[in-house]
Amino acid sequence: MNKQSLSGIRVLDFTNHISGPYCTKLLADFGADVIKIEKPITGDISRSIGPFPGQQKNLDKSGLFMYLNTNKRGITLDLNDPISKELILKILETTDILVENFRPGTMEKWGLDYNSIKKIKPEIIYVSITNFGQTGPYKDYKASDAIIYAMGGEMYSTGIIDREPVKLGPNIVLFQGGTAAAVGALGAFFGTINDSSGQHVDISLMETQTGTQDRRQATVLAYHYSGIINERQSLGGSATYPSGVYPCLDGYFELSGGPTRIGNIIKMMGNPPELMDPKWKNPLSQSDPALKEEFESYFYPFVMEKTKLELWKLAQENGVLSAPLNSMEDVANDPYFREKEFFQEYIHPIAGSFIAPGKPWIMHETPWEIKRSSPNLGEHNAEIFSEFM
Amino acid sequence: MENLPLKGIRILDMTVVWAGPYGATLLADLGAEVIRVESTQVMMPITRGTMARPPQAMIDNMPGFAGGFPDKLVGNHPWNRSPIFNSHGRNKLSMTVDLRVKRGREIFDELLKVSDVFIDNNVRETMDKLNINYESLSSVKNDIIMVRMPAYGDSGEYSKFRSLGIHMADALGHGLMRGYTDMDPSANSGEFVVDASAGTHAAVATIMALIHRKRTGQGQLIELPSAQATFGYMSEAFMEYTFSGISPSSLGNRHPRALQGCYQCKGNDRWIVITIWNENQWKIFIELIGNPDWANKPEFSTHDKRVSNHDLIDSLITDWTTKQDHKSAMELLQKHGVPAGAVLDAKDSSEDPHLASRNFYQEAFTEDTGTYKYGRSPFVLSNTPTNVRRGPVMLGQDNEYVYKTILGISDKEYEELVSEGHIGSEFHPDIT
Repeated sequence: MNKQSLSGIRVLDFTNHISGPYCTKLLADFGADVIKIEKPITGDISRSIGPFPGQQKNLDKSGLFMYLNTNKRGITLDLNDPISKELILKILETTDILVENFRPGTMEKWGLDYNSIKKIKPEIIYVSITNFGQTGPYKDYKASDAIIYAMGGEMYSTGIIDREPVKLGPNIVLFQGGTAAAVGALGAFFGTINDSSGQHVDISLMETQTGTQDRRQATVLAYHYSGIINERQSLGGSATYPSGVYPCLDGYFELSGGPTRIGNIIKMMGNPPELMDPKWKNPLSQSDPALKEEFESYFYPFVMEKTKLELWKLAQENGVLSAPLNSMEDVANDPYFREKEFFQEYIHPIAGSFIAPGKPWIMHETPWEIKRSSPNLGEHNAEIFSEFM
Repeated sequence: MENLPLKGIRILDMTVVWAGPYGATLLADLGAEVIRVESTQVMMPITRGTMARPPQAMIDNMPGFAGGFPDKLVGNHPWNRSPIFNSHGRNKLSMTVDLRVKRGREIFDELLKVSDVFIDNNVRETMDKLNINYESLSSVKNDIIMVRMPAYGDSGEYSKFRSLGIHMADALGHGLMRGYTDMDPSANSGEFVVDASAGTHAAVATIMALIHRKRTGQGQLIELPSAQATFGYMSEAFMEYTFSGISPSSLGNRHPRALQGCYQCKGNDRWIVITIWNENQWKIFIELIGNPDWANKPEFSTHDKRVSNHDLIDSLITDWTTKQDHKSAMELLQKHGVPAGAVLDAKDSSEDPHLASRNFYQEAFTEDTGTYKYGRSPFVLSNTPTNVRRGPVMLGQDNEYVYKTILGISDKEYEELVSEGHIGSEFHPDIT
């Protein structure tokens, strides 16, 4: 078996819910020894969220928890109890990265804040993930994924103009925050083996949206450049055609047209004579609503008689940027996604076997690997105590 | 710069569009010397804008993030002015070389010998034409780390598929997990979650490989399909299907365990998101909006009842929010512990006092744009601040440094390479 990229690196993990656990999952699945601290009795909130096999609530069988906490060892600690702090300080002696996502000031109450820890462990990488960061007027604000997206991300221009702005799918922004935190954590950690010091990594989920390539970096820059504020468009108001989501025989299909790509789309439609006029490839035709309407009068009948998979394959044969709008069932039944292990079977001692997303990427020398399933609540209490005390 | 964590790491970057470039940006933020390997002879798709020389009328018609050039003008060098590129162009270097000819490949190989990482997210076909693969790179630089970011994979049927982030998100199920619950998905607007996710995951993977190489001297190939890297973001919905056999659909702005909505405020197109998690927050909220009579009705007496009367509650909440300024309402609610967030447009974000207090937007200059503010990295490092050290890199801006300082090429040979079309700072005049 190959060594993993983070073998021998210890992570002390105080995180809860999604962003922090996704960050430490990335580390654990590539070999870090992640010790997860949970509060007694209820544990991580994601243990209560589900989805649960058979719809039966069980703290050890929540799908979200089982996915997010693979390869971690779990202990329950009452952090107000002095013995807990003693254990934590002992684990910290051999810890490389600490990750926490309490509200600002919480770790300080327990004497476990960065300034206290760096005195005894100057080389520590101490990662704090919060809604709005450790400083600034919003630092104590409360949030949800929708609030993070509203304030940090590009919610304002998501949706259509005569309706309210609309959020992304559930918790997407929290996962993205966790991934950005992993960059900060590992980047800072690489610094410690590349001759620099330990440090505090302050992750504001708001900033992981404001600094995201999912449009917001570009919309704010465009505002700085031009004064233009990116707005929601009217229904079907895409700046290029044929672009966006179109209905088809069995659902919906999305593609991107525009001046440099419309030729491939015309080819995909079988080069109908009425679309052979060079006007269609003129970039300025894209801003003519009458021409758009005319084009779509040919395009709609074409898509309506084909399934989304037929359209996808036909589009791709002609180099058209495109995809079907898959349901989760479609994804699960897609032979390519299955073969490439976008998802895989997991064996859990209590939940049994289940299917969940698999390896996020392939490292040819230092593989992603599931060595243990998510910890049951307090599963490693005795093991960790005897290992460190 | 001196102490940034990735100082001394050199990355050759042939990334396009957004996903790959964003990953390279995060590594550049951390201090790596990221050199974009570009060409004046070929305009890579949707990278330095949608066209090398777009007509002014075309950008006038584009949404802000694509058409919002400095002063709304395409300018003499549009490829150095597009927000599509410049939004991720900070902290990088750019050199040009024509890799389609032998001399170009020789230059590339010389540069590869003194580099640590190669990263790209082109379609397989493009890299095959250039014979760029792990075998050809590692035969030149034994311990190279190669990060390949195809859309779906580098082998099999979908390896040829062309996709932007939005298409990958649709294929992963996100297109049916978002949007208005009372409209069909053709009302979906664009999003680029997969670009952000894939780029960020690529930065994670690159640093992991750097850690391994530091410890063992061994490089490796990383295959990071953008779609695959993002599928974990759909875990909850996907497992709902694998557990129950039912594919979840969009909840719009609602939340399965809270009272949540996006409510209209006073003014033109102003909105606030409010999320009420529990009884206590509900009680405070009701008090803050002036204890309206409706709040005492039996159909709103418990959290579960409120959730089942969500539509009605939304219209009653809107009666209050439409009289409020979106930011003042947020401040009022948050001051008393009720989760609320104003929907900030690009101007609001630019002027946001919280982001300002954290020095998020920082000024930088380029010759083709002048001085403007750019967002910094999405993480804050206490000892080695990851600031905007340099404005968005212009095409070929660092040719002198790369060719003369790194590769030691003479002035005479440099001029030859200029005349052969390798070195330049403008796209070939035939490229539109």
